[in-house]
Amino acid sequence: MAAPTMDRDTETTVPKTQKVTIGKALNLGLRAAMEADPKVLVMGEDVGKLGGVFRVTDGLQKDFGEQRVIDTPLAESGIIGTAIGLALRGYRPVCEIQFDGFIFPGFDQIVSQLAKLHYRSRGQLKIPVVVRVPFGGGIGAVEHHSESPESYFAHTAGLKVVACSNPVDAYWMIQQAIRCDDPVLFFEPKQRYHEKAELDTTVTPGPLFASRVLRKGSSVTVAAYGPTVKTCLDAAAAAAEEGLELEVIDLRALSPLDLGPVFESVRRTGRLVLVSEAPPEASITSEITTRVQEECFYSLEAPILRVTGFDTPYPASKLEDDFLPDLDRVLHAVERSLGW
Amino acid sequence: MSSPEYWTQPRAGEPDAPHPGVPAATAARPTAEQVIAGLRETDAGGADLVQLLTPEGERVHHPDFDIDISPEELRGLYRDMVLVRRADREANALQRQGQLGIWVPLLGQEAAQIGAGRAMRPTDMAFPSYREHGVAWCRGIDPAQILSIFRGTDHGGWNPLEKRFHLYTIVIGNQCLNATGYAMGQKFDGVVGDSEGEATMVFFGDGATSQGDVHEAMVWSAVYDAPVVFFCQNNQWAISEPLERQTRVPLYQRASGYGFKGIRVDGNDVLASLAVSRWALEECRSGNGPVLIEAFTYRMDAHTTSDDPTRYRLADELEMWKLKDPIERVKVYLVHQQWADAEFFEAVQAEADELAAQLRETCVNMPDPAPAQMFEHVYSEQTAQLDKQRADYLSYLDGFATTAGGER
Ligand SMILES: Cc1ncc(C[n+]2csc(CCOP(=O)(O)OP(=O)(O)O)c2C)c(N)n1
Repeated sequence: MAAPTMDRDTETTVPKTQKVTIGKALNLGLRAAMEADPKVLVMGEDVGKLGGVFRVTDGLQKDFGEQRVIDTPLAESGIIGTAIGLALRGYRPVCEIQFDGFIFPGFDQIVSQLAKLHYRSRGQLKIPVVVRVPFGGGIGAVEHHSESPESYFAHTAGLKVVACSNPVDAYWMIQQAIRCDDPVLFFEPKQRYHEKAELDTTVTPGPLFASRVLRKGSSVTVAAYGPTVKTCLDAAAAAAEEGLELEVIDLRALSPLDLGPVFESVRRTGRLVLVSEAPPEASITSEITTRVQEECFYSLEAPILRVTGFDTPYPASKLEDDFLPDLDRVLHAVERSLGW
Repeated sequence: MSSPEYWTQPRAGEPDAPHPGVPAATAARPTAEQVIAGLRETDAGGADLVQLLTPEGERVHHPDFDIDISPEELRGLYRDMVLVRRADREANALQRQGQLGIWVPLLGQEAAQIGAGRAMRPTDMAFPSYREHGVAWCRGIDPAQILSIFRGTDHGGWNPLEKRFHLYTIVIGNQCLNATGYAMGQKFDGVVGDSEGEATMVFFGDGATSQGDVHEAMVWSAVYDAPVVFFCQNNQWAISEPLERQTRVPLYQRASGYGFKGIRVDGNDVLASLAVSRWALEECRSGNGPVLIEAFTYRMDAHTTSDDPTRYRLADELEMWKLKDPIERVKVYLVHQQWADAEFFEAVQAEADELAAQLRETCVNMPDPAPAQMFEHVYSEQTAQLDKQRADYLSYLDGFATTAGGER
């Protein structure tokens, strides 16, 4: 896919370069998308006056009005189902699901209608709906607030699924997702909302559905997405002190997966460690494992290893440090891979 | 309507009413028999049932929903119903002969659908369930395109936005939310507010009213004043589940709980269905919507060709509803008024037979789709992954050099 060009208003009210959090970057990205296209709507629970429970939509209703930033009734099927109708009418709705664990009342509309209307209509209907989902654990929340449901959606044909991991991507990816004519499930790493980075709003971003090598290395390939990308970068920094060079890849696109850079990397390193918070059974990481062994069978020096959550419901928060992949578990897997 | 007292609001001061406006649930709890009797109360024609043409073909007048209908217009409605019924019967036969995988009969619901369908203007948008062959007819959809869904050659070939008739929706209730969103869009676009406005009409069954999506759609449409007419065809059954498995109150009365108007119409009376639908659409167009219409009707055939209604419903019931046939009463009225003669009826019949013959011919000659079609339009832009799966599969098929069959 060709890199989309982002024609932006040069007279933007925000400075061209600033240090922002992921949450703020998403907010700026949404704002830019809404300015660029009057058909873009934001809808969800508490997205208006409150600015969303994570404040990602902060100030948008004040500037764009109640018709473009819609505080909805508490009904996730309603949010997705009406967004589909609005898309049929020419709008580009961006739905906010308050927490990952609450997407399931909307699951039916997502998999039964959102994913299938383009196919069923043989391409005559475009349903450019974005569903934003804060996902993953690590914030000490009660149950249903820390889940990783991305594999359900990656499994569904007709949906595109992406996850951002840093402020720069967050800013660009949300705008690209909104411009995409297909429905996009947009996963935001909620434990990383406050991570900061320098954002230059004038650069041209790369394509949306592409993975990216964030750190070069020759010892072991480590691939992750969303919240675990930072864990892997931290692990790579720690490993470097031991003289190990980890290659860290941010997958970014979960469906369609862009595994080209992973294949290329594994052919060099012969080793792959996949890191994700989601339970491993029938997951994104199992899919990648299959495809890498199909493509790189003769290059592999060790089995593909995974560092993930467990096949349990997300545990009570006092146990989440055990559930979530951390730097030590990543390094342990790296060691196992090298020791093969 | 002489409402059974268990759903009337007790008046303040009455012994069973501790708080004004709050029904006394304990004292007035109805028996199952009372519930059923209440649900079916108006099937004999209570005051709440809007009816303009009796089963005997007599024109009756209604203070709010009367309609001026020209002979020509009524002949048109008659023709629509006869043609749609004929197409439906032909499709049913085609299924029995193995030409369709399944068929969802419309028999008995012609008046509800033609009344609603003909009330819509070209700019209005319709969201069907899967039995709306009559509404599809009114929106100019070729009946053969409907057959292709049930033959399994595609999922509905028309352009929903051009025809202003959405794709058939199989998952019960989903379309009610999609319609509500669409109607919100009409409102946002400023095409609601006067009688030039647009409206949306969504079709669903009595069983569907138990689905969360239908409830959510009613909440949303009320909250955002969406110009949507909820057209519930209460055909008394959801496969084998009777109406009393879905509700304790007549369905149209639910609207008041959402804060909009609900009305029950004789769904076997095409005039009343037309009049009430026109009124409801006008309410929506002018910004007074939403509206819930309960079209009280009956499914005369099986739920689908896979169903066996003899397992769950009584022959008596069927016999009673036969007397309320939607087409016969219009015929009687047309004859009585001398608005149509034998020649007209014969001509419509001939046209129906011709339509059926054409439909049969198109159906049996429908080519199977080429395997490559399976991979098309999953996304607006083909993914590398699917490209590969498609190429691999087609080259696998090519390995069978002698295989006969369609193009790839
Ligand atoms: C969500 C869902 N559950 C179950 C079904 C299977 N099913 C198809 S039609 C039907 C009954 C629907 O009854 P009703 O809403 O009254 O409509 P009718 O078919 O009588 O017009 C059921 C259970 C379905 N299609 N969707």
